[in-house]
Amino acid sequence: MDPRTTVINERLRRTGRIIAVSSGKGGVGKSLVATTLALALAEKGCKVGLFDLDFTSPSTHLIMGVKNVQPEEDKGIVPPVVNGLAYMSLIHFSGDQAAPLRGADVSNALIELLAVTQWGKLDFIVIDMPPGIGDAVLDLVRFVKRIEFLIVTTSSRLAFETVKKQVRLLQDLKVPIIGVVENMKMDKATDIEQETGELGVKFLAGIPYDSMVEEAIGDVAKLRGTAIAKQVREVAARNIIQ
Amino acid sequence: MHEWALAEAVITAAQQVAEKEKLKEIREVNIKIGELQQVEKDILRFALAQLKPAGFKNTVFHILKAKTRLKCRVCGNMWLFRKSKLDEETAEAIHFVPEVAHSYIKCPKCGSPDFEIAEGRGIWLESIKGVR
Repeated sequence: MDPRTTVINERLRRTGRIIAVSSGKGGVGKSLVATTLALALAEKGCKVGLFDLDFTSPSTHLIMGVKNVQPEEDKGIVPPVVNGLAYMSLIHFSGDQAAPLRGADVSNALIELLAVTQWGKLDFIVIDMPPGIGDAVLDLVRFVKRIEFLIVTTSSRLAFETVKKQVRLLQDLKVPIIGVVENMKMDKATDIEQETGELGVKFLAGIPYDSMVEEAIGDVAKLRGTAIAKQVREVAARNIIQ
Repeated sequence: MHEWALAEAVITAAQQVAEKEKLKEIREVNIKIGELQQVEKDILRFALAQLKPAGFKNTVFHILKAKTRLKCRVCGNMWLFRKSKLDEETAEAIHFVPEVAHSYIKCPKCGSPDFEIAEGRGIWLESIKGVR
């Protein structure tokens, strides 16, 4: 038997809440929401971990401008602290190289990191998920008992239709959904908000498209001033810290 | 010491099996460690000895090293993993997360990184023996 899965919940025992930031499709701003959410919670004085589980296309390190940090070994792997966050990503090990992983490899890497990462005492771990409802989502739901999801979409019908499938799956699995964030909003339409309500899920925020975001990539000080950071900060205060 | 976290997993898993099988005492735990993860046998053995709780007092841990066989999904070539072919930094990265081997190792025949770890990935609890 694989012994690693037996210690996953022990490793996460001293973490208050574990929030997976997910999306049906890629390119909706999920990693930006995950990063700004982790930063917002830390700004409020919470102890926060950020875990990039988007193994094949990691980007939180680019968003935060992470350079030259490495985890330490102490009865497992201790994540380095970056911008006040305990930060774990496969890039600590794969560097700039591509990580061409198939489903079984994704599961194995995910189990390994969950089993050996020593997070310590935290209020929150925010997880940047890969898009969709593949292995990473199913494994997290299977192995992490207290997982909750926050789902990101754009106003596009293409993005929201995949969100509907994700919501139905999570509801079938009885996994709590904090709510849906609509990112890169170009107008004042309320159809995503309305349809989110019809799914029985809370609509958390409509974040307007902000052309300054691209300039803020790699610069956390600038990132904190973007529309997305401001709105996510409000979501954190209103719906997560309470 | 990454091996400590893995030793803790072995102990927890063996305890769960013992509970399921209603074993009062565990006499033998057989562990396989795949070469790819490069787990230090001595450190693992030391960690197991330090971590073992009541019920494991007389337990003997057998640790068997297994060769790593990699199989190319493109050309079907099978080859053995050799740590000596890697630089220290790459070997360490693979030690922490064996799947990053896909970032550094390519099929020696066709050059593809799309290979399967057919055997000998990491730690595995083979069997436990005990007394009811």
